Amino acid sequence: MKSIAEILKEIRPEFDFTTSQDFISDGMLDSFDIVTLVSSLDKNFSVSIPGTEILPENFQNIQTIEALLRKSGAAT
Amino acid sequence: MQINAIDYFEKGALLRCRDKVAVIDTAGQYTFAQLERFAKNLAALLIKRGDFIRRPVPVFLPKSMGNIVANVGILYSGNAYANLDIKSPVQRVKGMLDNLAPKVIVTSAAHIAALAALGYEREKLLFVEDAMVDETLYENAALLKRLDRLIDTDPYCIIHTSGSTGIPKGVGLNHRSTIDFIDWSFDTLNLSGNEVMASLAPIYFDAYTLEFWMMLSKGSTWVVVPDACATFPAKLVEFITKNPINFIFWVPTIMVNIANQDLLTNADLSRITKVFFIGEVFPTKHLNYWRRHLPQATFVNLYGPIEIVVACTYYIVDREFSDDERIPVGFPMRNTEIIILNDENKAAKLNEPGEVCVRGSSLALGYWNNHERTGKGFVQNPLNPHHPEMIYRTGDSGFWNERGEVMLLGRKDFQIKHLGYRIELGEIEHAVLQIPGFKNACVVYNHEKKEIVLFYETEKEQTAGFIREKLGPIIPKYMMPTVFTWMEQMPRNPNGKIDRAQLVARVNESK
Repeated sequence: MKSIAEILKEIRPEFDFTTSQDFISDGMLDSFDIVTLVSSLDKNFSVSIPGTEILPENFQNIQTIEALLRKSGAAT
Repeated sequence: MQINAIDYFEKGALLRCRDKVAVIDTAGQYTFAQLERFAKNLAALLIKRGDFIRRPVPVFLPKSMGNIVANVGILYSGNAYANLDIKSPVQRVKGMLDNLAPKVIVTSAAHIAALAALGYEREKLLFVEDAMVDETLYENAALLKRLDRLIDTDPYCIIHTSGSTGIPKGVGLNHRSTIDFIDWSFDTLNLSGNEVMASLAPIYFDAYTLEFWMMLSKGSTWVVVPDACATFPAKLVEFITKNPINFIFWVPTIMVNIANQDLLTNADLSRITKVFFIGEVFPTKHLNYWRRHLPQATFVNLYGPIEIVVACTYYIVDREFSDDERIPVGFPMRNTEIIILNDENKAAKLNEPGEVCVRGSSLALGYWNNHERTGKGFVQNPLNPHHPEMIYRTGDSGFWNERGEVMLLGRKDFQIKHLGYRIELGEIEHAVLQIPGFKNACVVYNHEKKEIVLFYETEKEQTAGFIREKLGPIIPKYMMPTVFTWMEQMPRNPNGKIDRAQLVARVNESK
């Protein structure tokens, strides 16, 4: 199983996701990336992130993505 | 008789509502009077660079008031605007620019370095901010008089579309074809000028053309939806609820996402009276969701490839459809004929599938500097042996139903629509084969899951991150494969070619 950091690195190899605290404001994830990210997280953690949770505040950094996964029922 | 599209502005918003707000972008709002001054200033600055006319002038700017000033200004200079995607990989933008061989590029100082990297130095650039000033830099009568040199078949704009050889094709559209479409849309779609548009269409798409002239002619207000809202459907719904938006013209992908997340149930969208969509099939189930939540709105399906100005058929949704029924693309527009040709190049009968072909003034001029490709898409009408007459073969298959409506079936080739973007799978394959060590590549689209599936042949399996990193500088984001499948050896058919059919079957089985 891949970690969240590894998945992010695969989607945008040019960025260092461990240093930013706000991926959205820092322009590291655009609408295409969010679509890819949600489907990768779903597959990798065997969850189905509800559409209503696809909000900027849930994709700010690795901690908020972790919290989102836990809320969606993943065993992280 | 109207010869130049710019007359819509001179005789439209400039006469009727000069002081109304034309554009709202993230930086502020601007009236039509301001737009006139900025755009004519830009035209004057452009003409100072050389007395050229009928030339493509690329615009390298984000979607904003600046790009509107550039487009209107270029039209006042008698040239054709070519809006580029500033987020597209540099190699791809360079291919488009080199093909256009521009004398001047309209941009802003913020992009000097990006354009220098493509080989376009400072002296080729004109900064839009130099035109967006309080002073008047033009002489109105001389500027308008200069436009008498144009005729209605001269180029109006150039829009780029994916090309299977790896280089995008520049579709040239003329003034006549634009006027032909715009006049029809004003007469048929009940547009009043009171529209406040939440614009999501990229400026290098043709849907933009309709919004552009609704603003300039009718005096509608063009509101640029901020990027951050476009990323999150919930934010987008919030944006159109909080602003006085009453008109949307979007691609179905985003509307399907909103429906899937059930975001309309708690949103008050009673202001919205028109919902137009274009670019791909709107699944009926999701369209029905929108219709249930916006019972007051008129829904219009527009269909047409970029080779025809905006659209060639339309369907105003006027009856109920069950979720499993397909909605028609509808009726040909005024002064346009749709011909469905069967395999024998004869007119198809009722319900008989064939290729959708278009005849009319709204056809494009062809592909810029590409006579070979132009000759393949734009061909002599096989039903007319008497005189030269072009039709455009769309590559879409479809049929006539009993109501006299055109129904679409799908593609005849390897072109897809993904997130509303038109993509040649060959362009992605071409890009993959540029990565050292990649011997073969085949890209298949999973229509069910909306995934771009790449099969590739290398000695050792590569990570998705590695491939994305290599493809990033070559293809735009929306073309990026979403599933990566390594193969030691591609399946082959008896004549040695990659067995695409087998890979397609494999993708479809994975549902």
